[in-house]
Amino acid sequence: MPVNTLKDHKAEQRIVSIRVWLALVFMILLVMVLVSRLFYLQVIKYDELATQSEENRVLLQTVPPVRGLIYDRNGHLLATNRSTQTLAIVRERVEDLDQLLDDIGQLIPVSENERDRFLQQIKRRRPFESVPLKFSLNDKQAALIAVNQFRLPGVEINAELVREYPEGSAFAHSIGYVGRINERELKNLDPALYTGTYTIGKIGLERFYEPVLLGKPGYQEVEVNARGRVTRVLSRVNPTPGKDLHLYIDTDLQNAAIKAMKGRRGAIVALDPKTGGVMAMVSNPAFDPNLFVTGIDYASFNDLNTDIEKPLYNRATLGEYPPASTIKPLVALGLLANDVVDENDRIYDKGWFQLPGSDHRFRNWNRKGDGWINLNQAILRSNDTFFYQMAEKIGIDPLHDFLSQFGMGRKSGIDIHEERTGLLPSTEWKQGAYSQPWYPGETVIAIIGQGYMLTTPMQLAESVTLIANRGKHVQPRLVKDDIPELQSPDWGGDIELDQKHWDLVINAMEKVVSFNRGTAYWRIGRGLKYRMAGKTGTAQVVSIPQGEEYDAEKLKEFQRDHSLFVAFAPVEDPQIALAVVLENNNGASNIAREVMDAYLLPKLASAEQVQASAENKRSAQ
Amino acid sequence: MTGQDFVRQLDEGQGFHKAQDWSERLHIDFMLAGFLALVCGAGLFVLYSASGQDMGIVIRQAVYMLIGFVGMIIIAQVSPRLLMRLSPWIYMAGVVLLIAVLVAGIHSKGAQRWIQLPFIRFQPSEIIKLIMPIVVATYLSKRQLPPSLKDIVVALTLIAIPVVLIARQPDLGTSLLIGASGLFVLLLAGLRKRLIFSALMLALPSIWGFWHFVMLNYQKQRVLTFLNPQSDPWGAGWNIIQSKIAIGSGGLYGKGWLLGTQSHLDFLPESHTDFIIAVLAEEFGLMGCLVLLALYALIIGRGLFITLKAQTLFDRLLAGSITLTFFVYIFVNLGMVSGLLPVVGVPLPLVSRGGTSLATLMAGFGLLMSIHTHKTFLGQSR
Repeated sequence: MPVNTLKDHKAEQRIVSIRVWLALVFMILLVMVLVSRLFYLQVIKYDELATQSEENRVLLQTVPPVRGLIYDRNGHLLATNRSTQTLAIVRERVEDLDQLLDDIGQLIPVSENERDRFLQQIKRRRPFESVPLKFSLNDKQAALIAVNQFRLPGVEINAELVREYPEGSAFAHSIGYVGRINERELKNLDPALYTGTYTIGKIGLERFYEPVLLGKPGYQEVEVNARGRVTRVLSRVNPTPGKDLHLYIDTDLQNAAIKAMKGRRGAIVALDPKTGGVMAMVSNPAFDPNLFVTGIDYASFNDLNTDIEKPLYNRATLGEYPPASTIKPLVALGLLANDVVDENDRIYDKGWFQLPGSDHRFRNWNRKGDGWINLNQAILRSNDTFFYQMAEKIGIDPLHDFLSQFGMGRKSGIDIHEERTGLLPSTEWKQGAYSQPWYPGETVIAIIGQGYMLTTPMQLAESVTLIANRGKHVQPRLVKDDIPELQSPDWGGDIELDQKHWDLVINAMEKVVSFNRGTAYWRIGRGLKYRMAGKTGTAQVVSIPQGEEYDAEKLKEFQRDHSLFVAFAPVEDPQIALAVVLENNNGASNIAREVMDAYLLPKLASAEQVQASAENKRSAQ
Repeated sequence: MTGQDFVRQLDEGQGFHKAQDWSERLHIDFMLAGFLALVCGAGLFVLYSASGQDMGIVIRQAVYMLIGFVGMIIIAQVSPRLLMRLSPWIYMAGVVLLIAVLVAGIHSKGAQRWIQLPFIRFQPSEIIKLIMPIVVATYLSKRQLPPSLKDIVVALTLIAIPVVLIARQPDLGTSLLIGASGLFVLLLAGLRKRLIFSALMLALPSIWGFWHFVMLNYQKQRVLTFLNPQSDPWGAGWNIIQSKIAIGSGGLYGKGWLLGTQSHLDFLPESHTDFIIAVLAEEFGLMGCLVLLALYALIIGRGLFITLKAQTLFDRLLAGSITLTFFVYIFVNLGMVSGLLPVVGVPLPLVSRGGTSLATLMAGFGLLMSIHTHKTFLGQSR
């Protein structure tokens, strides 16, 4: 090596040494920065970051309760919960979201609506949370997604419980349905109870018993990893499942009633006179409540809502009809109770009635007149003239007071919210509603159940039950279980009347069906295997829906008379009481007979069998 | 003066005659080896926890460490003189490999960093980490110190070529570290203060140039995210936020070994590679971090001692650069995990999982040992 290099060597070493020492100083400074950073995070910010770490780790999850099931009186399921499949997407695992949505759209139909809702939601969620895109996939759709899973990263199929109504439209109006919670409902409900629950009872029992059907959500504290996957359950409070409901409804009877309707418009209410339990409640036409559970599309809803036959409308409790002649047994009881008439009093019916000082003729349905007639005959013949004459004697207010005991003009208190009061006119009412006095001619119309008077099929069923029970009141109710906090007040009291009067009216009603001059005899009286008491009615349709475009044929049809029938049987031990209203059609009594046969004949047959075998035993001895 | 050096040598020689003899014959610096073993042991401990108690990963890492130690000892046998002679050739070979990577490398995780040979797949940039200080030290040690402007320009060119090539792979972290290891040689060689100052002045426009012409979009994004992690809390900012939470929630004494929740519940990504220090910080707290820093300080101290004791200019420049680069690794990793620096993908030396980084580091320590243990040989020859 050259000498000069050697000479420089030492100086150069010194330069490097100085630089090394300098570097050491720099390093110490940098380490101090690092250490103070650690000190800052681990000591100064400790509380805050430790909290964040805990929040990261522990997640409070809601465990939604299972909605209570609904059974009929025989344990047959009317509302259950079905496990369905929901397609959800985890953002984190998706590379191109738009592309993925397009890909899914090619496999299964994804509406613009579903897509928009999904895109809105995903913005607000963490990337490892799954956000639902499409609810209630059918098996084929779920399978299509499953086989294509490999090219759909981030797509998940999740199970969710969804309400299902196995009997479809049969109980649409009594059980009602649940649907997605809407904005308005969201504001009024307790969010703690509804976390994890997406549906709420909208009508019928589902709405009325919502508080008990819902149950109480449970909670679990879970440890999650960054992907939101639960790694450990730290603590758990189990949800309280919703209470199951057991109904008085008899599915077989309901189906028989629907069958008897034969697709015609109208309502049937059948009550158990012993309990007041609703054994059948039909409103025809109906709809499939299952459509509403996961959200009905606009077009389908519009079709249902604008349908001229109003399938969404519960005729059994909301439909207000003139009771027509079905009111006559009650009026008869009122006349007897008010001593207006005696069982032997007779009048002569020449086919019409005139108020004194008026030349307006109120006509009997039988234009020829029934001749000499007493109260019993007036009922079985449904003689209008007889009652016209009584109108003047009793007056509207005593009639109003008497009839109101039978449930007219007030809600029956059935355990659904959809119910109307009907209308039981009085002078007071007329003054309030029209600021007009009551005219005697109006009593004449009211006494045969026309004019202002309106009743719901439920009220008719309740009133005929009262006759069957000879004044003992039972509260119409769908649910058998005792749920004190959810029972509407029992506002009907027992009616104390002379047994003779009950006998007279019930006897007359039985003759309506069984006597060959009875108004229902030729339709349903022959071949009857049990004793039925009934009363026919034909209501004139005064007003028709206006402002809507109906074709002339339809309009004519909607102007036809309604046919009504109330009945109970067997007379000696009433087991079923019912009311039938058939809109713009005749034959309500035929329907009643079919329904009663369906209910009573199997019972009578088995009773006979028991008796026969008992007799056989005796004779064998 | 020469005499003084000699006397000092003798003094030491008398005190540790036997040990020095041993270590010099085997070319092993037992003190350095011991410190390394301590850090490696601590690393395995943390890795066991960070990997979710996966013994397989720990054993594999332990095997890498053993191989690393063996490799270190083998490299320690190579005389620094031989390295000087070979350095131009290995530099050229390295650059050719880097070009080959860009032309025919293997793609993985969006980057092209590997070359596949029949038996192994390797990352040429790792080899450059060693070549860079050797080449610059060789070049400068043959010139007058402090370096002339021409020397500086040549040295900077030598540094720039691999740096740009690696940055294009893209591997910004590695390219910056490699650039730093080259610059350290220049700085140690006595780059004038005036020049350092003007370089800093030049840094601003060159950062601008780097931003616009070299850095790729995702790299820019990382820097932007670093500046404001909350801007992308579920994407790139996630790592920073979660590692800060992990470190901070450890507090003074930590949650205890295996009891860290952040890492075990997968909140912390890359918990057993780049972000492993967060696991240590969470489970052992500030105390654990200080202990690890102390162990690192011992290694760096030993490295600086070797640098100061080195007898030739090349030895000093190389040893100093290796030691400083090692420090930079630690600083950058801790800085990025604790949110002081952008996330650039630098593993924590000797602790993060992975064989490649370990192999390179151990090779570097092999060079240090070689420098330290070959000096008496030089002394004898004088």
